[in-house]
Amino acid sequence: MRSSYDVIIVGAGPGGSITAKTCAQAGLEVLLIEKRQEIGDPVRCAEGVGKEGLIHHIEPDSRWIAAELKGSMIFAPDGTEIKMSEEASSQKAGFNLERKIFDRVLAQQAAMAGADVMVKTRATGLLRSNGSISGIKVMYMGEVTEIKASIVIGADGVESKVGRWGGIDTSLKPVDINTCTQFLVSNIDAGEYNKFYIGEKYAPGGYLWLFPKGEHTANLGLGILGSKCGTVRPISLLHKFMETYMPQGKIIEMVVGGVPVSGPIKQTVANGLILVGDAARQSDPLTGGGIINAMDAGKIAGEVCIKAKEKGDYSVKILKEYEDRWRATIGKELSKSLMIKNLLIKVSDEQLNQLAHSLSGIDTSKMALPKVLPILFKKNPKILWELRTLFI
Amino acid sequence: MSVIVNRYKCGYCGACVGVCPAGALELVETWIEVDNTCTSCGVCAKICPVGALVVIK
Ligand SMILES: Cc1cc2nc3c(=O)[nH]c(=O)nc-3n(C[C@H](O)[C@H](O)[C@H](O)COP(=O)(O)OP(=O)(O)OC[C@H]3O[C@@H](n4cnc5c(N)ncnc54)[C@H](O)[C@@H]3O)c2cc1C
Ligand code: SF4
Ligand code: SF4
Repeated sequence: MRSSYDVIIVGAGPGGSITAKTCAQAGLEVLLIEKRQEIGDPVRCAEGVGKEGLIHHIEPDSRWIAAELKGSMIFAPDGTEIKMSEEASSQKAGFNLERKIFDRVLAQQAAMAGADVMVKTRATGLLRSNGSISGIKVMYMGEVTEIKASIVIGADGVESKVGRWGGIDTSLKPVDINTCTQFLVSNIDAGEYNKFYIGEKYAPGGYLWLFPKGEHTANLGLGILGSKCGTVRPISLLHKFMETYMPQGKIIEMVVGGVPVSGPIKQTVANGLILVGDAARQSDPLTGGGIINAMDAGKIAGEVCIKAKEKGDYSVKILKEYEDRWRATIGKELSKSLMIKNLLIKVSDEQLNQLAHSLSGIDTSKMALPKVLPILFKKNPKILWELRTLFI
Repeated sequence: MSVIVNRYKCGYCGACVGVCPAGALELVETWIEVDNTCTSCGVCAKICPVGALVVIK
């Protein structure tokens, strides 16, 4: 093991691996560390991604694509069905991944680009010198060592500590997290659409999902807003759903997890430090999707690290470009989604039914949400008034 | 220690670590550790997806 690098990345999820690959390809000396002994496992994800977002980063490969989707369907509490996002020339549908393999392939690509990778290696703190972060403390096989770096990237997911160690409080309030349970269910007809069931009836402050992973198997999961959790738990609600609607289903895997739904946080860089992906709370507050955002942010972070190395300046002055660029892109989308999330948690099941009914007679099957929303707003201004700034 | 972790229930997802305002929790691969900075605020137990945590006030 070397004692110093240009960039050390903490966490080998999609965000960390893309950052590592981007830096290594430019010739920077890079170390990617992962505390688990197996990258990508256990999975904490429903594994759905949009095609367009994915192909910016990697060529789709059948080794890690479990299913290709026709589109998505949303079910209102009374069962009204809304079909959306079917493949059209402008609007591609998505994939459901096999993240155990996908995450490992991304780390492999970083390694092939020249990054060193260490697994079963946990960051336990940061090093500092002259007012800047200058490396990390790590534990590997029970031994603690120090490794120096010009920049540390915190890509350490929902449980991120790197930001906090660096003075950025990223702790999530209960209203800022979706708490989830998911079963990989077999012996069912999975279909070719990602299905979303919305309303208090299924998942208070969140939704229930069924994402196909093959003909007879799907990720069946449920997330509720942390502030609504306690007396009910995602795991019990999910069991209840299965007993009622899918009694024949067999559970062959279980996943639990939390997704940040806070929207953009105030600060994601410090001297010698950048936060990426879930660690920077960049997952979508409405959908909980965070894979592509983490990869996009990782790419930007990598590019900014390359610039910093060229200039020999690792202070906020240079790293701020990361902050500006992700806010102008990912951040804008997060803010929109946050507005919708904040409204939806107040809307009753009856109102959700009304919204769904108002689309009857309109073919939404080729439209994505950004196209459907203005139609909903036009037809239901009272319920959706809070969102007017998105349309007017 | 003021939080009891039922490690037979815990799915080691790290959600509790993300919400702890004191930074008292740590996910070490497959188990949760609690340090002495815990203030017994109860947030971790509230949001755990499977109810694996009990906070002693
Ligand atoms: C139930 C559920 C369903 C989801 N469904 C979807 C979906 O369908 N589509 C979608 O796009 N997103 C989904 N998400 C969100 C998605 O999983 C995350 O947004 C995505 O994984 C974020 O990537 P990341 O690289 O930022 O972090 P992660 O993938 O979480 O990776 C972080 C890594 O850092 C490691 N780490 C943490 N601390 C340390 C440390 N101290 N030292 C070393 N390593 C450390 C962790 O072990 C982990 O491997 C879902 C999340 C959950 C919980
Ligand atoms: S939130 Fe619950 S299941 Fe997840 S790591 Fe914490 S105690 Fe375990
Ligand atoms: S009770 Fe509060 S302070 Fe203690 S571990 Fe849980 S979240 Fe952290």
